[in-house]
Amino acid sequence: MSYINPVKRGYLALENWFNISFGHDWNPLYHLGTLSFFFFWIIFVSGLYLFVFFDTSLSGAYASVEYMTHEQWYAAGVMRSLHRYASDAVVLTIILHMFREFSLDRYRGFRWFSWLTGVPNLWFVVTLGITGYWLVWDELALYVAIKSSQLMDAFPFLPASMSRNFLESQINDRFFTLMGFLHLLGQPVILFFALWIHVKRLSDVSIIAPRGLAVGSFLALLALSLIAPAVSHEAADLAKTPAVLNFDWFYLNIYPLLDQWTSGQVWILTLGVTTFLMLMPWLPPKKTGPAAVVHLDECNGCEQCARDCPFDAINVQQRTDGARWEHEVVVLDHLCAACGICVGSCHSSNPFRHAKKELVTGIDMPQMPINDIRDHVDAALAQLKGENRVVIFGCDNALDFSGLESSNIAVVSYFCAGMIPPTMIEYALKHGADGVFVTGCRTGDCYYRHGNRWFDERLEGRRQPGLRKRADRRRIGIFRAAETDCKKLRRALARFQAGLAQLKQEHVTTGEAKHE
Amino acid sequence: MNKVLRIPLQIFNYAVFMGLVWYFSIYPPYHQLEDNQAMITFTLGHVGKQVKECRKLSQEELLKLPPNMRAPMDCPRERSPITMELQLDGKVIFSKAAAPLGLFKDQGIDVYQNIKVPAGDHRLLVWVNDDINVKGPIYRQEQAISLKPEQHMIIEFNSESGRFRIK
Repeated sequence: MSYINPVKRGYLALENWFNISFGHDWNPLYHLGTLSFFFFWIIFVSGLYLFVFFDTSLSGAYASVEYMTHEQWYAAGVMRSLHRYASDAVVLTIILHMFREFSLDRYRGFRWFSWLTGVPNLWFVVTLGITGYWLVWDELALYVAIKSSQLMDAFPFLPASMSRNFLESQINDRFFTLMGFLHLLGQPVILFFALWIHVKRLSDVSIIAPRGLAVGSFLALLALSLIAPAVSHEAADLAKTPAVLNFDWFYLNIYPLLDQWTSGQVWILTLGVTTFLMLMPWLPPKKTGPAAVVHLDECNGCEQCARDCPFDAINVQQRTDGARWEHEVVVLDHLCAACGICVGSCHSSNPFRHAKKELVTGIDMPQMPINDIRDHVDAALAQLKGENRVVIFGCDNALDFSGLESSNIAVVSYFCAGMIPPTMIEYALKHGADGVFVTGCRTGDCYYRHGNRWFDERLEGRRQPGLRKRADRRRIGIFRAAETDCKKLRRALARFQAGLAQLKQEHVTTGEAKHE
Repeated sequence: MNKVLRIPLQIFNYAVFMGLVWYFSIYPPYHQLEDNQAMITFTLGHVGKQVKECRKLSQEELLKLPPNMRAPMDCPRERSPITMELQLDGKVIFSKAAAPLGLFKDQGIDVYQNIKVPAGDHRLLVWVNDDINVKGPIYRQEQAISLKPEQHMIIEFNSESGRFRIK
């Protein structure tokens, strides 16, 4: 078995636990992005409700929050707690999201853009939360306001000290107008655009969490809001420095450093960490294979590859070669992840075509052309001997299938399960394999996002090019698991071969019965 | 696994997640001050004195200048650094020499410094010097203060009057 680093191994174990608890469809670790969006919706709706009762004046802000918390605890109080806890939860899901991509090495290579544009989102969220804390105008708000101002004072281009605004008689209602504008409009708009840029290079982006997970998360937040409602400190008092503050460490974690360090040092640390995180995709860089190439002679412009591409790397344009088709496709090299899913979606990737000469398809991977794959399948079929002969179509990013080859098992590797044209499975079955066994990434967790999904839909005939009805589905096995599940793979393969033997036996029995 | 059997596991996982959210949203508490401590904030927004006095240019010097730049007075822009010190019961608790800001060192400086001190009765001495040509304190105030635990006392230097406001 190939080496798997302990971080990845640990993370996969955690994912496995959630698969047991929630199933693949609701595994929260597969939906950290959509969960974050869901928490944003809770924050947005609860925030709108709170704004109705919030008094944007120096003297009224704290009183209005206290009214909501204690007098109207059943509505505004719950909304406040939902607002607060959903804000904390979103930081947690973002951190988990980053950790997931890191531990699974899904932040380098073609994924650099999503990582690079994702890191600042954490800071946008944190600063949005910080301005939210100011609005309560309690002791914690005053602390946060003064410390934030001290941080800003480190910038020499500011015309005057911000901290000195927090002296007696300096603050007025305009302060809350400014903070209200920032927290309710300015920062959310910036965050919205930052999130849009973050997912810009992905196609078929889902921002809606699975219903079951959304309902469960909401109920959990609601339960927390009722059991431990969010409350304020005492009202802000410039003449008092509270000895103890109940800190929200999700948002305010850097502030205590200001007791020991200068503002400049804290900035160096935070900007340094941010810069390091943003540069991680190149430390060291990960090479992406050559981009897919289009062979216009074999392309009829059906656009299926453009629809299937998980990274929006294929554009459709007017035909340029004078052929009778209306459209052609163009690969955007800089966006191509070299997953090969487009090869699996091309009707021309049919291995039954050009049986005696080179197979050329409409869109192909230069490092693994469809003709070479057919040659590999032919070679694999030629070496199979004995009973229950199986060809494994193995996804390179999932299980390690080395050592599985034997006299009746041959392996052909692919970049992704979505790269396999259904006709290739038929081809293997027709040319000597008793069964085809396809391995892939864990359900709900395809390395190339949609490979497993497209493969399933093609096999079920819900997506073009589909598996023909006459192909015997019982002779096709599918196994999806994490890299750490090699033992499970062997067991599943043994079961599949036993099933093939039984199928053969049934076939023989049926044949004998017919003969009699 | 059976969907019904999953429900208790899901409840457990949600409880752990929300437990984490709740705990780190208020715990561990942050101790800004130790027991029986108070906070003094020294603040100042001030422009130092000019390092050199204005000088009247001679007729000869004026003639050497382009016609549109013949101002009769030559006033160097550079300002003096500002030094300041706070003493509590004879012990220095804050001391700073702040250079003027700006490319031509002609800008003022802002100071906002928090200092944690023991609560109780103390003798406070605060002084500021805004002229590099003068040695020692130029603005000075000394008085007895009494600080309660958690009290926030602000010592603000008023640039216009040259006095300290202690509250």
